[in-house]
Amino acid sequence: MNAISNDDILLKAGNLRWEVGENLHDSLMESLYTEASRIADRVVTRSGAPGRFNWDRALDKLLTGRWTGFPIMILLLMVVFWLTIAGSNVPSSLLASLLLDTVHPVLRSLGESLSMPWWLSGFLFDGVYLATAWVVSVMLPPMAIFFPLFTLLEDFGYLPRVAFNLDHLFRKAGAHGKQALSMSMGYGCNAAGIISTRIIDSPRERLIAIITNNFSLCNGRWPTQILVATLFIGALAPPALSGFLSASAVVAVALFGIALTFLTSWFLSRTVLKGEASTFSLELPPYRPPQVLKTLYTSLIDRTILVLWRAVMFAVPAGAVIWLISNIHVGELSIAEYAINWLNPFGLLIGLNGVILLAYIIAIPANEIVIPTILMLTVASTGVSGYGEGAGVLFELEDNLQYLSVFQAGGWTLLTAVNLMLFSLIHNPCSTTIYTIYKETGSVKWTLVSSLMPIAMGLSLCFLVAQVWRLATAGG
Amino acid sequence: MNTAQTTRACETCPAHNVANLVKLGINLEGTDYVVALAGNPNTGKSTVFNALTGLRQHTGNWPGKTVTRAEGAFSYSDKRYKLVDLPGTYSLLSTSTDEEVARNFILFGQPDVTVIVVDATRLERNLNLALQVLEITDRAIVCLNLIDEAQRLGIAVAERTLAKDLGVPVVPTAARRGIGIQDLLHTIHDVATGAVIPKPKRIVKHAPQLEKAIGSLAESLQSKFPGLTNARWVALRLLEGDDRIISAVRTGEITSILSLTELPRETVGEGVLE
Repeated sequence: MNAISNDDILLKAGNLRWEVGENLHDSLMESLYTEASRIADRVVTRSGAPGRFNWDRALDKLLTGRWTGFPIMILLLMVVFWLTIAGSNVPSSLLASLLLDTVHPVLRSLGESLSMPWWLSGFLFDGVYLATAWVVSVMLPPMAIFFPLFTLLEDFGYLPRVAFNLDHLFRKAGAHGKQALSMSMGYGCNAAGIISTRIIDSPRERLIAIITNNFSLCNGRWPTQILVATLFIGALAPPALSGFLSASAVVAVALFGIALTFLTSWFLSRTVLKGEASTFSLELPPYRPPQVLKTLYTSLIDRTILVLWRAVMFAVPAGAVIWLISNIHVGELSIAEYAINWLNPFGLLIGLNGVILLAYIIAIPANEIVIPTILMLTVASTGVSGYGEGAGVLFELEDNLQYLSVFQAGGWTLLTAVNLMLFSLIHNPCSTTIYTIYKETGSVKWTLVSSLMPIAMGLSLCFLVAQVWRLATAGG
Repeated sequence: MNTAQTTRACETCPAHNVANLVKLGINLEGTDYVVALAGNPNTGKSTVFNALTGLRQHTGNWPGKTVTRAEGAFSYSDKRYKLVDLPGTYSLLSTSTDEEVARNFILFGQPDVTVIVVDATRLERNLNLALQVLEITDRAIVCLNLIDEAQRLGIAVAERTLAKDLGVPVVPTAARRGIGIQDLLHTIHDVATGAVIPKPKRIVKHAPQLEKAIGSLAESLQSKFPGLTNARWVALRLLEGDDRIISAVRTGEITSILSLTELPRETVGEGVLE
């Protein structure tokens, strides 16, 4: 009996197939559907009063309407960012004053009382501890506001409506409509966004979704956007309007990211990933009243603390590296200063500077620490007095004006700020994301494309903006 | 006062059993039974999963949120259960990666109990999948979820009639509010331990000729692959000309899928354009 081979079975199946008729699949499906419908008819009774107002339909008309869908989407985005920016100011400075003003001196004096050598206490308290404290005070408040708000929208059922709104744009770009969902997930974390592309069946469209996911600002980059917008863009408006203006700037960058997603998808689907957009059906789920308390709890505990933990894990070695390169001298200058001087000409050419470029190199493991790194390096390299306590030491800044004066001492202009916001949107993904891309695609080639394409795009765009800016300001 | 009787009375009281549920989170060691959660997308599988395991698998109101298998554990009435949350799927005959994960697990992962989570507000469409699952496994429970939402929409589902028509236990729940979770636990326990043996009505009647073909093919499959469960189901797919099943039989992979401990690693990068 065991003599039959696998192919014999298939042969037998092939022969039997002729006997049972070729429409077997269809007829099986049909009887299945008939049965489902027969049972459903028997057990379901509908008692809804006719003509009752249908909330779901009315909301859908509004949220996915041809004229109302997009404005409402942008408005919601604005509200979320405005609440995040306006709401995180106070807790941020409270945390900073606690962790930096109060705890840090205690740690230092503890080090002295234990008669630690200067380099050990410098390395531990000025390097590792301060970088960590900085990340916590800068990141925790915006995340604690942004994540719950986003989760509430998700719980309510808004995300599939966004997908619905964006569907025809994605189709025009030759991509899959469900890319809107993976894009939205990317706003939390690009690595999560890339895993969520599994809902896309076609490998071609899934690759497009993976490559372009980086254009969704992730939570590691929101704080950079929010801080720079608050300092430089918000300052352009009178105080009453500055919150609104900063929020608009952040929304503009986010929308620009969406535009880039379409543009890049379009480009890819016309060149290296040619093909037609496949059709799909997306169920618009019913709206559900969000469970506010539960959402607050889960998004605080799960997402916020988790993401913060990751940031801290990366801030610890980064703080150490920054302290080391600022304190190890080769001849006259520290390693950091050499690197900054070396990167500076190129940085200035593209409207950034050496400090920012070095910060992005140090921050490849995690984008969360870009801003603290920039601040530390700026102080270390310009020798602004009154803020730091020595080379490579993070310092406490009591309000935004002080940030501004540090940045100005570093030679920052409005152009630097704008380009930093752009570069933060368009550069290589963080190391976790790169690893996730490799795991999901299983291909070195596509991992390289996803990592190198954005950085080339970012550098070119910054260069372009800098040239146009300089021409315009020189002429005017 | 008969003490033994009192103990029994306690055991049958739901209040006693609530205390009996121990959410074990991701502690998967030494579980007695494996329970799979299957269902259409966005029917609340992850919410049921969280309610039982105490884990906080991310839930979201959109179809396609769960793309991989999530595993958790709970203990109830002295038994330890491993619970597997599968990606939502409309059918067991489809082709995308996330749906394949669900199909392979129900088919070959041999869960002790498969809980089919259905949306009470969209019963007809959900029954399509439920009927397909019932074709391949006896040990199934239908979890009629979102009854609160159905109520809001003025939809009533006669769960007893449904249970009779399907031949498996039906438990109405509103997992978001924790309603019915107790009954669900009890039913899972009963089915897992064999206290209740579901007898799904294989409703889809086949023509005699087809029935004969299935039987003969299933026999050949069984003799070639002795460990194969669901030989009849595989036979039917072969007769239908299901490409994936055909190639799994050709390569003999059909048996190795039995040891489905790893999620099939899917790679999309290769073969697109090289």
